[in-house]
Amino acid sequence: MHNSHKNNHSREYSHIGTKAASVEFSGVSKIYPGNVIAVDQVSLRVEAGELVTLLGPSGCGKTTTLRMIAGLEKASSGAIYIGENDVTGLPATDRDVTMVFQSYALFPHMTVDQNVAYGLKLLKLSRSELKNRVENGLALVGLQGYGDRLPSELSGGQQQRVAVARAIVLEPQVLLFDEPLSNLDAKLRRQVREEIRDIQQRLGLTVVYVTHDQEEALAVSDRIIVMSNATIAQFGTPQELYAKPVSEFVADFIGEANVIPVYIESLQNNMATVRVGDHEIQMDSNNLSIGRAKLAIRPHQINLFPSERHNTFDAVIKKCTYVGSHIEYRLDSNLGELFVVDHQTDSVFEEGQLVGISFSTSGPVLLSD
Amino acid sequence: MIDTVSLADRQTDSPKHTVQIFNRTALLWLIVAIVAYSCVPWYMLEDGFWSMEWLDGYPFDTDYAPALFLIAQGEKLWLAPIGIAILLAIPAAFLNNTNRLYGWLLITAGAAGLIFLCAQGLSIGIRGWTADWITTLFGELGDRQFGMGYGALLTALALLFFLTTGLAARGAINGDAFVVGAVGFVIAIVTVFIFFPISDMLSSAVKNDDGLFSLTTFYEKFTHRKIWSLACIDGEQSCGVAWNSLFLAVLVGFFTTALGLVFALVATRSGVTQAKLLRPLTVLPIITPPFVIGLAIILLFGLSGTVTTFVADLLGIQPTRWIYGLPGIFIAQLLSFTPIAFLVLIGVVEGVSPAMEEASQTLRATRWHTFKTVSLPLMRPGLANAFLLGFIESMADFGNPLVLGGNYDVLSTEIFFSIVGAQNDQGRAAVLAIVLLLFTLTAFYAQRKWLGQKSYITKTGKGDSGQHTLLPKRILIPCWAIALTWATFTLTIYGMIIYGSFVELWGLNNTLTFKHYQSTFAIAFDENGWRLKGAAWDSFLTTIKIAAIAAPLTAIIGILTAFLLVRQNFFGKNTFEFGTMLSFAIPGTVIGVSYILAFNVPPIEITGTGVILIISFIFRNMPVGVRAGIASMSQLDKSLDEASLTLGASTWRTFTRVVLPLMKPAILAAMVFSFVRAMTAISAVIFLVSAEYNMATSYIIGRVENNDYGIAIAYSTVLIFVMLAIVCLMQLLTRQTRTRHVV
Ligand SMILES: Nc1ncnc2c1ncn2[C@@H]1O[C@H](COP(=O)(O)OP(=O)(O)OP(=O)(O)O)[C@@H](O)[C@H]1O
Ligand SMILES: [Mg+2]
Repeated sequence: MHNSHKNNHSREYSHIGTKAASVEFSGVSKIYPGNVIAVDQVSLRVEAGELVTLLGPSGCGKTTTLRMIAGLEKASSGAIYIGENDVTGLPATDRDVTMVFQSYALFPHMTVDQNVAYGLKLLKLSRSELKNRVENGLALVGLQGYGDRLPSELSGGQQQRVAVARAIVLEPQVLLFDEPLSNLDAKLRRQVREEIRDIQQRLGLTVVYVTHDQEEALAVSDRIIVMSNATIAQFGTPQELYAKPVSEFVADFIGEANVIPVYIESLQNNMATVRVGDHEIQMDSNNLSIGRAKLAIRPHQINLFPSERHNTFDAVIKKCTYVGSHIEYRLDSNLGELFVVDHQTDSVFEEGQLVGISFSTSGPVLLSD
Repeated sequence: MIDTVSLADRQTDSPKHTVQIFNRTALLWLIVAIVAYSCVPWYMLEDGFWSMEWLDGYPFDTDYAPALFLIAQGEKLWLAPIGIAILLAIPAAFLNNTNRLYGWLLITAGAAGLIFLCAQGLSIGIRGWTADWITTLFGELGDRQFGMGYGALLTALALLFFLTTGLAARGAINGDAFVVGAVGFVIAIVTVFIFFPISDMLSSAVKNDDGLFSLTTFYEKFTHRKIWSLACIDGEQSCGVAWNSLFLAVLVGFFTTALGLVFALVATRSGVTQAKLLRPLTVLPIITPPFVIGLAIILLFGLSGTVTTFVADLLGIQPTRWIYGLPGIFIAQLLSFTPIAFLVLIGVVEGVSPAMEEASQTLRATRWHTFKTVSLPLMRPGLANAFLLGFIESMADFGNPLVLGGNYDVLSTEIFFSIVGAQNDQGRAAVLAIVLLLFTLTAFYAQRKWLGQKSYITKTGKGDSGQHTLLPKRILIPCWAIALTWATFTLTIYGMIIYGSFVELWGLNNTLTFKHYQSTFAIAFDENGWRLKGAAWDSFLTTIKIAAIAAPLTAIIGILTAFLLVRQNFFGKNTFEFGTMLSFAIPGTVIGVSYILAFNVPPIEITGTGVILIISFIFRNMPVGVRAGIASMSQLDKSLDEASLTLGASTWRTFTRVVLPLMKPAILAAMVFSFVRAMTAISAVIFLVSAEYNMATSYIIGRVENNDYGIAIAYSTVLIFVMLAIVCLMQLLTRQTRTRHVV
C-alpha cells in the first residue's frame, strides 16, 4: 500500500501516531421516537486502518450509523465494538472516536489553535507537548501560521481542514466524517478528498466516511457499504460493487445500469443459459437457480450496430446526446428502454434510426429477481 | 507504519482509561453532606447566618448546633435517620461507577434521606406535630423545631445529588451525571418554590376558620356573589370581581392585539424607513413600573388632571371622577401592554415569507386580496398568541387597578385587600387566587396547546430574498393615523411623568420645584461626611441589591433549563417544560399570597427576609430566561456540542466551555431583563416586603396611597431613567460581543 509515498512523509509527521482500531456492529438497530426505523439489524466489520464509506440515498440511515459509532446516538438494540471493547453503552465523551461534521462545527469563539487544542487539553499534556501536537496537526493539513485566526476569518476549505486537524490530533481509534465535502465547490472537493485519503493512508487511520456521492465513494474508499432502507445492500471493494452488484439497487446506484427481465433456462457448472427476449446467451450463473432473473448491463456494455447485423436485438434510437467524450443514446427495444454510452464519437446514429444491439460478453451480471 | 505505532504505544495511558481509587463525584457530594450535617448550623438563625453571631456558643448551643451535635446531646433525635442515610452513601465513594452497587447505594441513600428530611420538616413545626392525626399516631411530641437553615439546605442538596448521581450511574438519561443532576435540581426548586406554595395555598382555601378541612366553607366562598354576581347587566349594582376581571382582560387582549398589529404593519410594510423608529417603543413596558402609566393618567384625567380641568373650564361643567374604574384601568393597560403585542406581532409579520405574497401577486391577485387571503391567515396563530398574552397580562396586572380602580374591583387587587385589609381573610384570598389562576392557566394552556407547538414561521431557510409587499393604501392610511395618535399619546404620558415630578402640587399649585427630588434623593454633607439623606435611598439601594442578586441566578437557571430542554432528551420532558413555564401564568399576587402562607412557618421560614424577595423574583422571571435561552440556543448549531463531546469533553465541560460562551448575549439580555423586572415588580413584592427590606415600588405605592403624588412620580422618573440607562448599556455590550466574533 503506497509504501514509497509513506516513507517520504513519515519523518515529517511522526509525531502523530495512531491507535487505529476496528469497528464492529452486531445486529444493531436504531428506532427513533415515532417508530422510525433508521437502522435495521445491521452487522458489519470495519478493519483497523481501513477507509470505509457509507453510501446510499438520502434518509437510508448513514448519518445514524455514523452517530452510533461516535456514541452520539444510542443503539436501540444490538452491540457495537471498537477494537475488542464493547462500547454499546458508552457515551460519546468516553469513546475514543472523533468526528468531522458536515458543518465543521468549529467553535466560533476560539482561535484555530484553541480549537485544535480543545480535546488535547483534556489529556493533561505538558505545555510544550500540547503546543507541539497542535502545530503538527496544523502542519498536517497545511495550515501552519493560521493558529491565531478565528474560524470566521478562514475560507470554507480552510475551516474544513481545521476540523480535520482537530479530530486527528487526538489520535482516535476511529475517525468519522459526515459528508465533509458537501459545503465545498466541485474543484476543492476533489482536492480535499485526495488530501483526506492521503492523510488516512499515511497515518494508518480507521476512517468511516459518509457520502451520497458515488464518485467520491469510489475514489477514496478501501471498501464501500451501500445502504438502502436502513439495511446494508452490499459491502465490498469499489471493484466488487461495480463488477458484481448483488441487487438491482446496487447495480443502479453504483454507476448506472440497464436492468432487464430474463429467464434462466438451464445451468451447467457455473454457466447459465439465459433467455433474453427471443435470444439465448451464455453467462456466469452467479449462483442463481433456474427461473426468472434480472440482467444488469452497464451503458457501455451495449454495442450498437447498423440494423442489418446478424444476431442482434432490434432497437430504435429515441434520443441522442453528444457530451464531448462520448455519446449517450436512449433506445426503444422490446427489452424496454435502454441507456447506452458509446465512446465512438465519429459514427453517429440518428434519432429514429433502426439499430441492432448486442451485449459485451463479460460485464453484464445476473441478479436474482 | 512502525514508528507511528511505537509512538502510539507510549500514549496508552490516556485518562479515558485510568482507574480511579475514589469516585470524584460521589466523594464531592459526600463531603458536602458530612460537613453540612456535622459542622453547619442546622436551623435557621434568628440574626441571620452572615452576622456570625452564632459563633458564640457554637457548636453546642442547641439554637446554633449542627445536626450531629444536636443528636449527640439527645436533642431533635428525628434528625438521626438523615445521618444514617449519609453514612449509607460512604462506600459509594470507593466504588467504580460501573459497579451496580454504586448506583443503588446512592439512590437508596439519596431518596431515603430526602424523603425523611421532607417528612420531618413538614410534620414537626413550632408547636410540635403539625397535624392532629400525627399526634394521635405517635402521641405528644413535647418538642418543636424552627425553619431549616444552611445545614439543612446543604444536606438536602447533597442528598439530591446522591440520588441523581445514582440514577445516572444506573443509566438514566444516557448515564450523564451532569444532565440528571441538572434536571433533578430544576425539578426540586420548581417543586419547592412553585408547586409547594401554590398547593399549600389551594389547601388553605378548603379550610374553615378553625383550620379544619371543609368543603362547604370553600363552596360558600367560591360561589360568593361578590365574585360571580351578574348584577351589573340589568341594574345599577356592580358585577362580581371575576366577571370584571374577565371582561377587562378580554377587552385589553383584543385591543392590544389590534393596536400591536397596526404598529407591526406600519413598522415593516409602510415602505417608510423612519417607521423603524417605532421599535424603541417596545422597550417602554420593560422599563416602566406597572403603575406609572396609571399615575400619569391621573395627572391627565384625574379630578384635578390637566385635561379634566381644561375640558371642565371649556364646557363649564363640573369635573368628574369618570376615569377611576373601568375606563382608567383599560386605558392604562392598553398603554402598558400594546408594546408587548407589538413585539410578538412584529416577529409574526416579518415571519410571513415574502415568497408567498409574491407568489400570490404573480397569480394576479391585488395587494388587498393578497393581504386578506394570504398574509392575514398566515398571521392568525400569531394574533391569537398576542391576544392570550394581553389577556394574561391584564389579569395579572396589579399596579394599575390599584391606582385607578375606583369601584371597579378586579381579582388581583381583591386578593390583596382580603389579606392586608380589615378582613384579613386568608381563605378568601386563596379562593380568589384560585379563580384568577383558573383564568390565567386556561389561557396559558390554550396558548400552549393550540399555538405554542405549531410553528407559524414560514421562513424556509432557503435564503428568502424578496421584499415584503407594501400594505394596500386603504389599510395603510388608517394604520398610520392610529399609530401616530397612539405614539403622540404615549409621548404625552411620559412627558407628563417627567414634568409632573417637578410640579409643586399637581392641579393646585403648578410652580416648578426640585422639592420632590430633594426629599427623596438628597445627599447631605455634614461633619460625619457624606450621608444619604433622602427618604428613598433606603428602598432604592435595597431594590438594587436584591435585583442584582436575583438577576444572575435567574439567568443561570433559565439558561440551564433551556439547555436541558433544547439539547437533551429525557422521559417527561414535556411535563418538565410545562412546569418551568408555568410560573409565567401565575399572577404575581397569587405568588405573593402563596409565599406568605407557605413560607411563614417551618420547614421553610423566610417571610420578612431578603431571601424571599430574591426567590420570588427568580421564579417570576425564570420563564423569560428560559425563553431567551431557548431562542438563542436553537440558533446554535447542535453539532458544536456534539463536536465537543466527541473530542472527549463531558457535558459539563461542553456546557461551560462551548455553550455558555456562545450564549453570552442571551445571558446578558436575560440578566438585564430580570434585573429590570425585579426593579419594577410590584404585585408579588407588595406582600413580601418588610420594614427591613422595603422595595422601591412598594415605597412608591405607599406614597400614592398617602396622596403624595409628587414624591411618587419623582421616584418613578428616577427609576425609569436608571433602567433606561441599564438597557442602553446592555444594547451597547451585546453589540460589541456580537461584532467581535461573527458566528
Ligand atoms: N432525530 C430523529 N428523530 C426521528 N427520526 C429521525 C431522526 N434522525 C433521523 N431520523 C430518520 O431516520 C432515517 C435515517 O436518517 P439519517 O439521518 O441517518 O439519513 P441519512 O442516510 O444520513 O440521509 P442524508 O443523506 O439525507 O443525510 C430518516 O428516515 C430520518 O427521517
Ligand atoms: Mg446524513
